[in-house]
Amino acid sequence: MGGAPTDLKLIDERGLRLDGRRPDEMRPLKIEAGVLNKADGSAFVEWGMNKVMAAVYGPRECHPRHLQNTERALVQCHYNMASFSVEDRKRPGPDRRSHEISKILSEALTHVVFTEYFPRTSIDVYIEVLQANAGTRCAGLTAASVALADAGVPMRDLVASVAAGKVANTMVLDLGKEEDNFGQADIPVGYVPRTDEVVLLQMDGDLTREEFDKGLHMAVGACKKVYEVQRDALKRRYSSRAEGQEEGA
Amino acid sequence: MSKDVVADLKRDYITRLLAKGMRSDGRQFDEMRPLKVETNYIGSAQGSALVHLGDTTVVVGVKLILGAPFPDTPNTGVLTTNAELIPMASETFESGPPDQTSIEVARVVDRGIREGHAVDLEKLCLEPGKQVWIMFVDVHVLDYDGNLFDAASIGANAAFKTAMVPNKAAGLGEDVPLPVKHQPISITVVKIDGKLLVDPTHDEERVADARLTVATIETGNLCAMQKGLDGAFTLDEVLKVVETSSRIGAEIRSRL
Amino acid sequence: MNTFSALKRDKGKCTAGHEANLCDLGLVPSVFIENMRVRQMGSNDSKEAAREIVVPGELLAISSKRAGPGTFSEGGKIYAAHLGIKSVRPDSISVVPLSGQYMPMRGDLVVGKIIGVGSSNWLVDINSPYPSPLHVNEVPWRVEFGETRKFMSVGDIVLLKIVGVDEIKRVSVSMQDHGLRKLTGGMVVELSPSKVPRVIGKNGSMIQTMKTMTGCRIYVGQNGRIWIDGELDNMVLAVKAIKMIEDEAHNLGLTEKVKRFLEENKVEGA
Repeated sequence: MGGAPTDLKLIDERGLRLDGRRPDEMRPLKIEAGVLNKADGSAFVEWGMNKVMAAVYGPRECHPRHLQNTERALVQCHYNMASFSVEDRKRPGPDRRSHEISKILSEALTHVVFTEYFPRTSIDVYIEVLQANAGTRCAGLTAASVALADAGVPMRDLVASVAAGKVANTMVLDLGKEEDNFGQADIPVGYVPRTDEVVLLQMDGDLTREEFDKGLHMAVGACKKVYEVQRDALKRRYSSRAEGQEEGA
Repeated sequence: MSKDVVADLKRDYITRLLAKGMRSDGRQFDEMRPLKVETNYIGSAQGSALVHLGDTTVVVGVKLILGAPFPDTPNTGVLTTNAELIPMASETFESGPPDQTSIEVARVVDRGIREGHAVDLEKLCLEPGKQVWIMFVDVHVLDYDGNLFDAASIGANAAFKTAMVPNKAAGLGEDVPLPVKHQPISITVVKIDGKLLVDPTHDEERVADARLTVATIETGNLCAMQKGLDGAFTLDEVLKVVETSSRIGAEIRSRL
Repeated sequence: MNTFSALKRDKGKCTAGHEANLCDLGLVPSVFIENMRVRQMGSNDSKEAAREIVVPGELLAISSKRAGPGTFSEGGKIYAAHLGIKSVRPDSISVVPLSGQYMPMRGDLVVGKIIGVGSSNWLVDINSPYPSPLHVNEVPWRVEFGETRKFMSVGDIVLLKIVGVDEIKRVSVSMQDHGLRKLTGGMVVELSPSKVPRVIGKNGSMIQTMKTMTGCRIYVGQNGRIWIDGELDNMVLAVKAIKMIEDEAHNLGLTEKVKRFLEENKVEGA
């Protein structure tokens, strides 16, 4: 978060953002489920200029062994950015930011997965950012939920995720790259629509309590829309397959 | 449980089929799997390609940044190739620093590109000894069913063809196409029970005795080769593979 | 507060040459997917009824019906626990899975592979997150301590029955039943366990057709592994038929299509 170059108008006279969006508008979101052959479940998310792939293996034997839990499955999320995903090429491999994101995503998903039915196993979730344009952890969590469902992992609900933020003293939804770089606050939120629960929440920047309240509600409202896209992706993936599955003939 | 467990069972089945002249996916011995290439797939890269070779899917990204040349080659740009065999792509890939397999893939693909002079590195020199373009070729495997060498080689060529040098962002004028010189394409063949098979699937790789990757350029000349696995080829087999790889390489090249 | 319903098992026929008597298991969380039973219970369903795909957490009903397999109930409402097809019965609602790992259940016939040998047991991979020990007391031979390797070694393929699964999912298997044994030769095909019912077919019709038309010996494990042996060309045919079922499990009239495919490609002398 920093001051914008003086000629950069994050919000113009008509109240529109750099890419022409209104403050409460999300970037275009597309989700496809079941896109990889080898993984047990997968999902590909295109969100604005973000391209994020999620893949799930498991439940399977837990590695490393010493992390095994005798009573439940471990949900292990591995978030990674490809070298070519960002403007300045990133060295391959996880950095501290990736580790932190992996941790909070694992925690968010653990809340909804019926981990108690798979003791001593691990459910491995891999998230690869192929192209980044701010909001990759939200796109990753959104993709991961769909991939878990695609893999047949039982869950209490899907987790939808989007970030709100403050830009040019205005609360906005779904920050783009410049808004993330030059805005005043960023609030990624992970939400469970059915139970109205927040499972991921971070914030950095400068906000009054009222601004945060507004941002949180904006994000939650948008998560409900994200959920519709997630559900639609799963139904489309299997819709043509529904017909005869139940019958033996 | 690891799906690798069933691999050994397939060995018998695969070799019995080969004895009858058949491959388990119905292909001819010298047939490549369906190939689909989409270029300019990654906006944040200067060049890129998404490659589907059968069930193997890789993304190749090309990024150029300004930097200093190597002291022993002050007049040429720098080329460096990396391959990420991420766990998402296969249960047989583990997290962590690149293992021998990832490194071999990167180096063999690099050798083909470098020795085949795919990109005119001299044209990437801006100020001899001081400033050149450093070209990163990053191979990211998303779905693995064998033959990363060829998928990556094809992807790199497709990415180079449509890549742009980012002069504008560097304040050096207009963007221009990457100076492509040749198109080195590698084609890989494995030997199973004395039979030579082109473009192996993961199952075929697992039961193969030996593997030979041959990269050729459009003139028909060879620029890189790599033999792998712990079996052996006879001299005749080597020459046969060279002939097949050149022929199929040319076919693939004409489609890019 | 979640409540889970008991999974009552019906007696059912599992073809592949065996009659698997599925006994009542007692209380098991309904999240446990049991394809065949759900399907058999629904064999009276109208084929024309629309198949509704549901996602995890989706509301299925506000009803006094029993929350069947693949669902969970909360506050008097029944929700889908995983992705699948909503299945409504007179007295219960369940979700038939479209994907998912094989979760071992007592009574299941499975095709396993030996992955370890101990002094008084073998370790078996049953294509599940839970590898299973096969104790010397559970095989038809008399095995002296330390002599296990003489009977079976790593890599051997075996036909077993699941005899027990405890609360932390430790699985015990046995080879002591009619027809269970070490399998030699042949080839194993793996597919998603959720597709196994399609390979077996209604009352075993699909698997019977395949065996007759290809002349192959075929054992279908509930764990998504199918062992096939026969003349090579017939094996190739059987593998293709299974692939067709896997790819088109969603289509109605699949049995007819597979039958026609096998007819047209029948190998002489099969």
